[in-house]
Amino acid sequence: MKIGLFIPCYMDAFYPQTGIATLELLEKLGQEVEYPMDQTCCGQPMANSGCNRDAKETEALFIRNFSKYDVIVSPSGSCVHHIRDNFDAIEQTDEVRHVRKNTYELVEFIHDVLKVREFPWAEFPHKVGLHNSCATLRSLRTASMSELGEPFFSKPKTLLSAVKGISFAAPRRPDECCGFGGTYSVTEEAVSARMGLDKVTDHHDAGAEYIVSADTSCMMHQQGCAERNGVPIRFIHIAEILNGARA
Amino acid sequence: MSNRPVPHAKLAAEFLEDEPHRHFHDERLWDMRQKRDEQMHIMPEWQELREQASRLKEHTLAHLPQYLEQFEENARRNGIHVHWARDGAEHNRIVEKILKDHGHSSIIKSKSMITDECEMREYLEPKGVSVTETDLGERIQQLDNQLPSHVVVPAVQKLTTDVAKTFAKYYNTDPNIDDPHALAEAQRNAARPVLLSGDTGMTGGNFLVAETGSFVVCTNEGNADLSANLPNLHIATLGIERLVPRMADLGVFIRLLSRSALGSPITQYTTHFRRPKKGGEMHVILVDNGRSERLGMDDFWTSLKCIRCGACMNTCPVYRRSGGQSYGSVYSGPIGAIIDPTFNARKFSTLPFASTMNGSCTNVCPVKIDIHEQLYKWRRVLAERHEIPFVKREIMKMAGRLLAQPTMYRLAISGTEVALKTMPRFVLYNYLNPWGKHRELPHPVKETFHSWYKKNRLNRTKAQHEETQA
Repeated sequence: MKIGLFIPCYMDAFYPQTGIATLELLEKLGQEVEYPMDQTCCGQPMANSGCNRDAKETEALFIRNFSKYDVIVSPSGSCVHHIRDNFDAIEQTDEVRHVRKNTYELVEFIHDVLKVREFPWAEFPHKVGLHNSCATLRSLRTASMSELGEPFFSKPKTLLSAVKGISFAAPRRPDECCGFGGTYSVTEEAVSARMGLDKVTDHHDAGAEYIVSADTSCMMHQQGCAERNGVPIRFIHIAEILNGARA
Repeated sequence: MSNRPVPHAKLAAEFLEDEPHRHFHDERLWDMRQKRDEQMHIMPEWQELREQASRLKEHTLAHLPQYLEQFEENARRNGIHVHWARDGAEHNRIVEKILKDHGHSSIIKSKSMITDECEMREYLEPKGVSVTETDLGERIQQLDNQLPSHVVVPAVQKLTTDVAKTFAKYYNTDPNIDDPHALAEAQRNAARPVLLSGDTGMTGGNFLVAETGSFVVCTNEGNADLSANLPNLHIATLGIERLVPRMADLGVFIRLLSRSALGSPITQYTTHFRRPKKGGEMHVILVDNGRSERLGMDDFWTSLKCIRCGACMNTCPVYRRSGGQSYGSVYSGPIGAIIDPTFNARKFSTLPFASTMNGSCTNVCPVKIDIHEQLYKWRRVLAERHEIPFVKREIMKMAGRLLAQPTMYRLAISGTEVALKTMPRFVLYNYLNPWGKHRELPHPVKETFHSWYKKNRLNRTKAQHEETQA
């Protein structure tokens, strides 16, 4: 199984350590991983703004970069949601269908495909607040949502529970959106930032030292809100913890 | 109606500035969402009920003409006068005519979203007809000359101190006494004489039952029953989508409605109106006002399933932080954002963008409307009709071009200098600038993942390869 690694644009530019951790983690799990050098973006910013047509060429490039792989893995729930559920600016050829069907978010790939449950090298002696992005929660369904009253499950928590020393904080509104929402974060910046502040405060009040998530875009926004308002909480991607980061 | 796009972002930002209002609004509605969750948890059949409700509504909408005719026939047989209104204006003329025929000039009215949708008060009041809202929240909104903020709790954006000030102005009460009981009493004292003297009673309605020709009104304050029963003339206005085929279907919706709305098992009053009282007269006005047209929209027709419980509003993190007034419409929150553009695509073009697309609304909706998917589809429709800001359109066009060209893209993100040169200033300083108003920017890093990978994986493999060859 040859894996194509998709590192979204904002992660490439601002959070390279998350990309590195993802690559190293997959390698540790014995996978053959390649990062196609011509990749840029999945097209979500245009599509979410209604300008789906403007995503056409970006989507075509994505297919050129990734159709040769058996599976595509990305440490970003929202991008994977776009590729799987909304990637329709281009014609739906066999190649496109192959890519859409075989693109996985990192947690679900480890949990469902590799079925790995142990990370003997990982140790994170901190209390963390788990933030499930809305894309992973309500589209990719990697965790149960409070709206449906279904039995509890959480793929990210299952994986993190194997990490030595980790403990979990219980925020009051674990499912509440943090307000990032892509371009929403700038078009409605006041509401967006308020939601972000409420989110980080909720985690901080619950005693979390870190917010951990499978979505860096949510955390980029939350970090901005926490720093501006002096909320002392740190942020880390789940890939980094599973790869063995200690802090 | 003004055609200018509702400045939702700006109005929401203003709402957020006042700490007590912001905090109360968010917590009050979140509390309603939690009470709804408690009801869901004690009913193992909750998801089954949602599914049934959704199917019943879809079936009814697919056979709407047939069921509407059945309702009309049965209602007429019961002695109810049935009227059809193509739009709000026709509805208002029908009401005016009924009043004129009876020589009436005062309406006591219980809460109904649809008469607000028809702008009935605005039409009748200048013609000398007094319209008095008898629902507490709706009355507060009427006195303040505002649209309802929420479909179930119309004045939820206000604190008791606001209400005390409003009542002081109109009811001559003490502006400093904001005890809820005292305020409710003030409203009762003001409303009772009006209720006793009003010559026409008006209500909305939650459900029309085709097989019985009856309609059902669900309320908590009892004012609808007073409004309907005290005068001899009762006019009820309902949208044509309020229909259910059989009395037996009603139970599914009654079980879901108040649980979804307020988290209470049932409304205090569930009143079935079947025929006029002795010596009285009963009229039902069935309003289309764009509903038939919406029924023909492939992507949006299921929004007609809505039973107006407000659960999507209570759960919506954006609505809770923006306040209902920021939507500039009778229907606010997520459901408003998908139905308002059917009334006026330009005016309400901003509303489908007033969402983070988190999808919570869809999953609490008791009739399973895919609200956030429809928000997404509206964005597309609006962009294609050029109903989104020019700057945004241009940026997306540029972003689309840039992201499709790896070399150009690498150049653009390789340094701020280059980015500044490639992007026009108005892009950087007018559009992206809002990020920093309440947030810090991400920290700069030494190198991108792309260049790290090149150094640590590609070049390493290349070096190893050359070594083996040598």
